[in-house]
Amino acid sequence: MEILVCVKRVPMVGGKIVVTADGLSVDTRMTGFTVSPHEECAVEEAVRLTEAHGGSVTVLTLGPPEAADQLRDMLALGASRAVLLETSPGAEWGPIATAAAIADAARDGADSAAFDLLLFGNEAADTCDYQVGVRVAHVLGLPCVTGIKNLSVTPGGAVTARREYRGKEEIFAFSLPAVVTVKEGINLPRYPSLPGRLRAKRAEIGRRVPACRPEGLRAERLHVPEAGRREARILGHGTDAVPALVALLDELGVLS
Amino acid sequence: MTVLCLIERDGDGAAEASLRALTLARGLAGSADTGEQVLGVAFGDEEAGLAELARYGVSEVHAVRAPELDGYAPQAWARALAGLADQVGASAVVAAGTDHGNEVLAHLGAMTGLPVAAGCCRAWWDGDGRCRLVRQRWAGSLLEDAVLEARLALLGVAPDAVAAEPVPAAPGSVTVHPFRPELAPADLRVRATEAAERDSGASLATARVVVGGGRGVGGAEGFGPLEELAGLLGGALGVSRVVTSEGWRPHRQQVGQTGTRISPELYLACGISGAIQHMAGCASAKHIVAINTDPQAPIMARADYAVIGDLHEVIPALVAAVRSRRQPQG
Repeated sequence: MEILVCVKRVPMVGGKIVVTADGLSVDTRMTGFTVSPHEECAVEEAVRLTEAHGGSVTVLTLGPPEAADQLRDMLALGASRAVLLETSPGAEWGPIATAAAIADAARDGADSAAFDLLLFGNEAADTCDYQVGVRVAHVLGLPCVTGIKNLSVTPGGAVTARREYRGKEEIFAFSLPAVVTVKEGINLPRYPSLPGRLRAKRAEIGRRVPACRPEGLRAERLHVPEAGRREARILGHGTDAVPALVALLDELGVLS
Repeated sequence: MTVLCLIERDGDGAAEASLRALTLARGLAGSADTGEQVLGVAFGDEEAGLAELARYGVSEVHAVRAPELDGYAPQAWARALAGLADQVGASAVVAAGTDHGNEVLAHLGAMTGLPVAAGCCRAWWDGDGRCRLVRQRWAGSLLEDAVLEARLALLGVAPDAVAAEPVPAAPGSVTVHPFRPELAPADLRVRATEAAERDSGASLATARVVVGGGRGVGGAEGFGPLEELAGLLGGALGVSRVVTSEGWRPHRQQVGQTGTRISPELYLACGISGAIQHMAGCASAKHIVAINTDPQAPIMARADYAVIGDLHEVIPALVAAVRSRRQPQG
């Protein structure tokens, strides 16, 4: 089974988001970068599927040259190959252009994708667009389901994908080739092994430079919501604070 | 011109998330110079619950019905919305930012080649016929002011940013128009079957009290007192992402951007630093109390009350105090 997993490099924002002076991006001078959480689980799921069924995992990202770091992290988890769709500084990549570039890379000049399964995260942690995987599926003419928390594939290529919705389980059954977007919780990603890290460090990363095109949705300014800021009233220190805590619980009506 | 709004069902009525989406749709329609109408779009034969939409300013609902369309099928739903938008000459399609809403809008965007703005908190037409909007990034920890130029604006509504507001005027009646979509076989390749209900963290999402544990709990064996307190208060245990990443607790207990979003009366966050990822999941909590050894932890700027101290001392003492209060006097 040949699997393509698409991941996104996102800032590791920690406890606070700071917007750059021009109001157009998140200030990342003091942050590291990571792979968006759902997508790390997508890579783990792909590695498990190839461990069970054979085949290999290719991991792909669209981003700046530094996004090669995130590809190496995913190679260390067990992906075999990595492809970087390299972007230039200042280019605004929206979901439509991103999906077109990914679909092009997945086809690699052929009529259809060279993969049985394309995995994505349900949504990127930063832009929360909820759509790149679905758009890729449409370009490639493949069936697609999103938000999956449990995935099984038979050797014959029959897929059963499950998710929860309004307290019930929804089950989708279809055939490969297909596109599936997953959510964190589908698995618990492994820690990279030392041999995995060493292999990832030496691995060659395939590079392409896709063309960007502008989209109808344009961000004009980013800002941190005001309502999120307040200052906590200190009830006390250590166990001395317990009477005040109990009084507060009482006041909020949660003790009865 | 008209704004179409997808109405999802929850039990016998319209889903709360769809009523919120309707409220945003009404704001958008009302901002047009010429005045626009909001039309509801529902799927299936069931008409129960559609009458209540009048309270939210809807007088007409298009009910999508096709013999081959039984239950949820994302691409088929999107195809039906595309057909209906053409038929009524819609200027926008609005849907709740639920799993279904986001998924259907993504398909609709893909099949029409149009952009989709997900996570909208507000949307209005400017004087030049462009759609202006505010949308969430980082699950609401950051907001984006954006402009959307498209022949049909496709908008997903953030789940927790808009309140469902009934119209002030006395509601009229709702007329239901059946709509028969033209579906291609490929539109029906993916369709849902529903299995029995399961305990899937829904109790966490709706709990009145949530006791949260983070890295400060220290390990899988440290959650006993937090669970005990949650039990005493009739609430649920929630945890931060590091706790599930370490495998200390199952993912269904995670509160956060990639876990469950909670909206309790009280969130008692113990040993939780307050990462953006976590706070996005508890932004709707009415009161947040933080218990943390570090007075500089980011959560101190987001909590209403704080105890500076070690949860391993404070929580057992709190459990004892709550227990003794419950005991009959004398």
